[in-house]
Amino acid sequence: MDFPNNIWNCEAECLPREELNKLQLNRLQQTLSLVAGHVPCYQAKFKESGFQPSDLKSLDDLSQLPFTTKDDLRVNYPYGMFAVPMRDVVRIHSSSGTTGKPTVVGYTKQDIKTWTELVARFMTAAGVTDEDIVHIAFGYGLFTGAFGLHYGSEAIGASVIPISGGNTDKQLMIMEDYRSSALVCTPSYGLTLADRMERQGMDPKSLALRVGLFGAEPWSEQMRVELEQRLGIIATDNYGLSEIMGPGVAGECCYKQGMHLAEDHFIAEIIDPDTGEVLPQGSVGELVLTSLTKQAFPMIRYRTRDITRIHYETCECGRTLARMEKTRGRSDDMLIIKGVNVFPTQIEEVLFQIEGCEPHYQLIVDRENNMDSLEVQVEVNEHIFFDEMKQQRQFVVQAEKQIATVLGVSAKVKLVEPASIQRHEGKAVRVIDRRKQ
Amino acid sequence: MKVEQISIFIENKSGRLAEITGILGENGINIRALSLADTSDFGILRLIVDDSDKALKVLKEQRFTVSITHVIGVAVSDSPGGLTTILQILDKHNVNVEYMYAFVERSGDNAVIIFRFDNIDEAISALKENNVTILPSERITQI
Repeated sequence: MDFPNNIWNCEAECLPREELNKLQLNRLQQTLSLVAGHVPCYQAKFKESGFQPSDLKSLDDLSQLPFTTKDDLRVNYPYGMFAVPMRDVVRIHSSSGTTGKPTVVGYTKQDIKTWTELVARFMTAAGVTDEDIVHIAFGYGLFTGAFGLHYGSEAIGASVIPISGGNTDKQLMIMEDYRSSALVCTPSYGLTLADRMERQGMDPKSLALRVGLFGAEPWSEQMRVELEQRLGIIATDNYGLSEIMGPGVAGECCYKQGMHLAEDHFIAEIIDPDTGEVLPQGSVGELVLTSLTKQAFPMIRYRTRDITRIHYETCECGRTLARMEKTRGRSDDMLIIKGVNVFPTQIEEVLFQIEGCEPHYQLIVDRENNMDSLEVQVEVNEHIFFDEMKQQRQFVVQAEKQIATVLGVSAKVKLVEPASIQRHEGKAVRVIDRRKQ
Repeated sequence: MKVEQISIFIENKSGRLAEITGILGENGINIRALSLADTSDFGILRLIVDDSDKALKVLKEQRFTVSITHVIGVAVSDSPGGLTTILQILDKHNVNVEYMYAFVERSGDNAVIIFRFDNIDEAISALKENNVTILPSERITQI
């Protein structure tokens, strides 16, 4: 078999769908019997729904199983969902906990190996090789991002700089002096680095940087264009969540036509977030994931709350694995304003289309006299600051008009000073909904 | 002849103006002329200072959004009708005034008007043709 050099595991990543489905069914049955034997939460769920793991005869039967939600993880906090005794668990990680109590996940030795393999796959797909110097600017700690990319890089044989998050000036110095060639961080931190380079008069072309692997938060195609132009790199997206494994669930190849899902380790379904019905292939809906090989923390039909679409045609790169589109927002981030569904990412796209405006923004939803109101705060920068009041006001009016056109609801645009929008662990806080308070 | 003016974006919050003048004061930068255009949400503060490069640098370090624009300063006799003559000249030459602000020179004989034009070069030649005194940049920044 011919192994193209940007595919880490050709046998797994280019498996014909028929064989893949057989493998999935086999692994799914094993996972179901594992959780039915060891996880009380699943024992109760199966009993309630009258389902026995032995009832599962085909992959289609999966839709009869109950979902697992974040609430299940909270109720079973911290270790209730683990399927192996603690002596087999070699690592604990935890979600960033931006909403409510964090969730705790565990890994066996084998789980860490699987994780390493899957990260090596998407990093290779993005073009990382053993020649690269990988600059990991994710925070090392309970968050899965940094460790996942760290293991994947080492498996490939690249040189890892575990610089971790923060201290932007030092990041730039190291990036320049150590000749970092691959950058790993959140897309918003990527823009922060670009801003700082500009302020310091550092030319990105003078750096060795050539590829960026951005993840841990949703980002738009326009942001990709900006990252690529301002940092002089190829910017790729990858997807993962700690409840499922961390980074490595899906990642883009150089064709950037969606993120290849590691379907030999996870089954992906798209459902209607309101009814829970599985939607036909090609529909946009909420992504539901089932793990097939995890030992310590298996997940059956976990509702990710991420809205996306999956494509099943074979990619130009040769991989048969399905590709998921960039997430369009979260079903629980979806705002209903005056009865209209609004995703923060839609506003990001609008802001970007107005000349030069980088998407540092925040939505503030409130209720005034029983009517919903939406305010979009936009941080001013040199590209959208005009010395003349007429032009400055024109910018605001234009932004308001375009937001109203795209969203179907009116919004007030308010310009605020740079760096005044709250950030939480490097992630911009996109929405403040005061109606809930 | 052209004078460098610094424009700063400020949110309409109490104490912001004092913060900017504080930063400039701490860095030994003296404000020569000032104007503020504002809306209910934000304002644009325009300053002429004795060291605009340094002001730009220290304000950027404090993460203000700042830009430099070129304006001109014209001496107008401090007597009724002084400004009208100048505006009529500009009107005749189809030069638009984007905004203007004024202060009185230390001697008290002349008023100085700072003009921002849509076409600064055309404005300069029109004023010169009509013998209007355009003040050299140093006259304004080092008053």
